[in-house]
Amino acid sequence: MATLKEEKNKKIKKADNEKNEMLELFKQMYLIRQFEVACGENYTKGNIRGFLHLYIGQEATAVGSISSLNDEDYIITHYRDHGHALARGLDVNRSMAELFGKKTGLSKGKGGSMHLFDASKKFMGGHAIVGGQFPVATGLALACQYKKTGGLVVCYFGDGSTNQGTYHETLNLASVWNLPILFILENNGYGMGSAIDRVRAGGEDFYTGVSTYDIPAAQVNGMDVLAVKEATEIAVKKVRQNGGPFYLECKTFRFVGHSLADGQKYRNTDEINEWEKQDPLVKFPEWLKSAGIASDKDLNKIKSEVDKTVEESVKFAESSDDPSISELDKDIYKN
Amino acid sequence: MTEILMREAIRRGLEESLERDPNVLLMGEDIGAYGGAYAVTDGFLSKFGPDRIKDTPISEATFIGTGIGAASAGLRPIIELMSMSFSLVGFDQIVNMAANIRYMSGGQIDVPMVIRAPTGAGVQLAATHSQSFETWLAEVPGLYCVCPSNPKDALGLLRTSIKDNNPVIFAEPALLYGLKGEVPDEYYEIPLGSASIAKEGNDITLLSYGAGMSILFEASEILSRQNIDCEIIDLRSLNPIDYSTIGESVKKTNRLVTLDTSRKNGGIMGEIVANVQETFNDWLDGPIIRIGANDVPWPYNKNLEAAAYPSSEEMANSILKKLI
Repeated sequence: MATLKEEKNKKIKKADNEKNEMLELFKQMYLIRQFEVACGENYTKGNIRGFLHLYIGQEATAVGSISSLNDEDYIITHYRDHGHALARGLDVNRSMAELFGKKTGLSKGKGGSMHLFDASKKFMGGHAIVGGQFPVATGLALACQYKKTGGLVVCYFGDGSTNQGTYHETLNLASVWNLPILFILENNGYGMGSAIDRVRAGGEDFYTGVSTYDIPAAQVNGMDVLAVKEATEIAVKKVRQNGGPFYLECKTFRFVGHSLADGQKYRNTDEINEWEKQDPLVKFPEWLKSAGIASDKDLNKIKSEVDKTVEESVKFAESSDDPSISELDKDIYKN
Repeated sequence: MTEILMREAIRRGLEESLERDPNVLLMGEDIGAYGGAYAVTDGFLSKFGPDRIKDTPISEATFIGTGIGAASAGLRPIIELMSMSFSLVGFDQIVNMAANIRYMSGGQIDVPMVIRAPTGAGVQLAATHSQSFETWLAEVPGLYCVCPSNPKDALGLLRTSIKDNNPVIFAEPALLYGLKGEVPDEYYEIPLGSASIAKEGNDITLLSYGAGMSILFEASEILSRQNIDCEIIDLRSLNPIDYSTIGESVKKTNRLVTLDTSRKNGGIMGEIVANVQETFNDWLDGPIIRIGANDVPWPYNKNLEAAAYPSSEEMANSILKKLI
């Protein structure tokens, strides 16, 4: 029988673990936020070109969900992919370098912001044709099922992609073949500048429509990292137990434009201000403090660490070389 | 040597790969219980089971993309499309995804898959079922693209395509599934990107692929009556293109005539002609002649379709008029 002291130590250890887990969630969300802020600045400076879609506001969705996955699980996502990449633990320096188009980038500067990949972490891309990732997710899941790896696929997508045929085709096929996919909808209310009610028959909620495909579905507040985490854990458990798909709708909001080129003429500031009250980077640390889990000191320590990480990633990207021109025709074919 | 049909050669290639490699699986519309629209996979379902012979819903974009995902996770899927014309429904997946993922990921992700599809006109299937979009797909870096004209090449090229670590478009001329031809009994492969000299000759080089090859032989026969000795090249691979074999032939005959059985406008031969003209102009003794189908949607009516389809007479007459 354990002594009283041992019991107490166990409890302290458990509390420590929980605290560390909570702080890690905060750290990841803060990392994404600061990374995105740095991206925006470097876009303005001309260091990052092309299209840049920031994840600011949606951090709780990626962090809450990805923290519930295993190493053998695949992740595939859309072009607003920085948040998922960082939450999956992709190297911050190499991620930033990819955005700068440098040879030290994840894809040697060949993919850019919308196409982040890290096969070693089973991060199978940002994909920039809206809805294009659905069929590929299905195939990844088929491979998990066929090889009996026990892994599953998390497929992120936005509300805008639900009007693509591939969305409906994939839900159907995943259900018919009972494939291990967790579909995570990041419903931020707008497909680029088109509000849901202007482009969708069937209302503001999506998860209700999925019963057509005989897929279990749920909705969660995507601004609440703990709620997302809990919902994902339940969903992941179901997928692993049943083998088949699950659909999780996260209600979220991007506080910034669709891309850096977006003047946001299609929505008013009242709506943005209202959603900003739910900012996970404000609400979650507030809660951590009020629940006695973390102190200002704890949080500030994390912030200064992360600030340094992001700063270093910009320096790393800036000081890295462009890919050599000889890279132009490399990586097209596997020999 | 054994004489078998084209569909049997393709079937043999698929069957071998299923037996050899447990990571090979087939996906497509009605390839299992039905046995395949052109009966290539008939009996596979009972032999290999539903995990490896997968009937799909009629969702081309999605089952092509499913192949891409499966391939990028280590399987070797072979996708059957019921018609090359249906590739359009999945074009985004083929071009934006299958062809680009490797490059966009800086070489991290391979997509070893084969997309098989019956191609071409001549069987009265009208405009939506008679097109030859291998000529479009051949332009896309990241894809390979082959099209056999006989059972031997079909088997040899299919073996190579399935073993290859890249996405391969495998175009099967719809007209030729019932074509008989000799196939070696011993194992062989045909490398991607290799044209073949189907007949040696000295006076004119005739170049085509797939269903066009029989027209070249007929035209050669007609011209031989005028003592014109044609060299006949079967392109076999639309990407990569074997300019070495084509160039050597042009250096020998100094005349090139090409044939597309698909629309002449935008066909693969336009590209080849431009390249030959750039590289081998000094060896050419006359204009390169391009024969192809009329630039019209494929009609259903037999006579109209035949009128749009290129013929050996048209080819021979054109050569006699312009080149000799």
